[in-house]
Amino acid sequence: MMWLNILKAFLMGGFICLLGQILINLTHLTNGKILVTFLIAGAILQAFNLYQPLIDTFGAGASVPISGFGCSLVNGAVEGARAEGVFGAIKGGLEACAPGIATAIIFGYVNALIFSPRTKKK
Amino acid sequence: MDKKTEASNLSVKEIQEKSKIKSYKNDVKKTLYMDYVFEQSPKSSHWKNMFWAFLIGGLICSIGQVIIDLFVQGGVETKQASMYTSCILVAVAACATGLGIYDKLGRFAGAGSTIPITGFSNAVVAPAIEFKSEGMIYGLAAKMFNVAGPVVVNGVFVSTIIALIYLIFGV
Amino acid sequence: MNKKLGSQTLIFDNVNVKEGFALAGPKEQQGNLGNVFDMCLENDKFGEKSFEKAECKMFKTAIDGVLQKSNTPVNAIDSVLGGDLLNQIVSVSFAMRAYESSFFGLYNACGTFAESLLLGSCLIDGGYKDKVICISGSHFSTAERQYRYPLELGVLRSPVTQWTATGAGASILSNDTTEAVCRITRGIAGRVIDLGIKDVNNMGAAMAPAACDTLTQFFKDTGSSPDDYNKIFTGDLGKLGKKILIDLIKENGFDLSDKLEDCGAMLYTDKQQTYQGGSGAACSALVFNSFILNNFKSGNYKKILLAGTGALLSPLTSFQGESVPCIAHCLEVCK
Repeated sequence: MMWLNILKAFLMGGFICLLGQILINLTHLTNGKILVTFLIAGAILQAFNLYQPLIDTFGAGASVPISGFGCSLVNGAVEGARAEGVFGAIKGGLEACAPGIATAIIFGYVNALIFSPRTKKK
Repeated sequence: MDKKTEASNLSVKEIQEKSKIKSYKNDVKKTLYMDYVFEQSPKSSHWKNMFWAFLIGGLICSIGQVIIDLFVQGGVETKQASMYTSCILVAVAACATGLGIYDKLGRFAGAGSTIPITGFSNAVVAPAIEFKSEGMIYGLAAKMFNVAGPVVVNGVFVSTIIALIYLIFGV
Repeated sequence: MNKKLGSQTLIFDNVNVKEGFALAGPKEQQGNLGNVFDMCLENDKFGEKSFEKAECKMFKTAIDGVLQKSNTPVNAIDSVLGGDLLNQIVSVSFAMRAYESSFFGLYNACGTFAESLLLGSCLIDGGYKDKVICISGSHFSTAERQYRYPLELGVLRSPVTQWTATGAGASILSNDTTEAVCRITRGIAGRVIDLGIKDVNNMGAAMAPAACDTLTQFFKDTGSSPDDYNKIFTGDLGKLGKKILIDLIKENGFDLSDKLEDCGAMLYTDKQQTYQGGSGAACSALVFNSFILNNFKSGNYKKILLAGTGALLSPLTSFQGESVPCIAHCLEVCK
């Protein structure tokens, strides 16, 4: 069972990244733009409740790519809106993604304190 | 008649007409040159890029799945497990960036290392390390979201709009 | 005496290149020309805290190096002309804090070295200065973060990109004929040319039309042809830009195919994965002050052309959707 999950995650994750690579090859989008494009794609799919089924089926294959981040932002905002109205809609999205962002900030800070930039060799 | 007096005898309309023709000629020249350059430029090896993007992207997600499954086996609810996993991946990618491994991965994996949540982490940590030399406040802290900031800004904005639409239409 | 030829070309009667000094980075040392540089850095931080400070120290080392190599006392230098790629050309300006000479800060991106030689020649030939130092250079890590991405960000490089060279090159120009390695006899300043290339990675394609324009104007003004020269060097067009220049200038009736060398393209070996070769203000400065001067010393070269090319963009302009305007300055160097 576990192996099947991993295989599904591999295929779906690989497929999403493949889509991204095709987009880069065709349009020469830069890093930041690719991240934003996939985030918004995930968010809009989830607005029609299309992304959560992917996560339910493919697990990490759909939740680890940045589009999964967009999906959980929307889930959080919509849940917040249902529970608390307008203020819930405002706070819900960030609340759902706070752990990820906070981890990035904390580990980014610590790493920046420890390491210095290195020249690329190639 | 020298050039200067000739020019002054032209009416405004004629001068405009002339510059129009000139700019049209320039446009044609530019278009031709760009077509030529496009033809001459070496293309990225698409199949190779796509293969590595698929492989590395898939591997990162598989690692995520292994961690989720381990959490679930330990009795954590799937949704929580998925969130913990994101945090762990982000933390690992942050350290890999600090150690100078992640940029080497990105060199050949392309979208395979950019699109997973680890790519977001890389985009946060890389400028933080890079701009440390300008100090802790205006360097490290101010530039940390230089690349990844748009992700958070757009994410929050779009998700709030979607939630508000849900509210208005009462879905 | 008439110092102007045709519509643009300048004639210099007595401008001598006394000596040159090339300081290269570690990657350049492993490249094709590794053994001709005067000095190579083992580590491109050069013992400093930041890459910017290292770049500044590189300029100081290059100036001291060329003074020592040519046995010139520092107070014999009237002026220093130079520039680098960083905003507000800080590296050279900051390096100049340590010297008494007057300083001209120049910026023409990667064409800065040719620009400094051209203006230096004007100063010497006009009789305003006896000895000047022309200097230019760049540093991969400082340029990368100013123009592109942070170093640790994982990005896929496009196959049309070039690698910003790390290094600094300094030459002493003098009005004393007895100490000449070679002489600068003619020069031409270029026009800003923009054929609408918007891909900031494809510098070679953006700069080739500028080089073509300047070289064509030079051949027209002087009545010379590519056959009169041992070699024609361009600054940092890279392999692709070199190919494009050969094609472009053929339409104007000149054949450069066996004369053209590109300083950027010759710096690195294929194994070093720089794709189109080197770029940056260091390319022409490094190659001129080591490879070209050595060939003049050994008598291999009698007459060459050096066309420094520069892409005049900033990260802001490319975000605003502007194309890349470019420039090329050309010098004729004779034994």
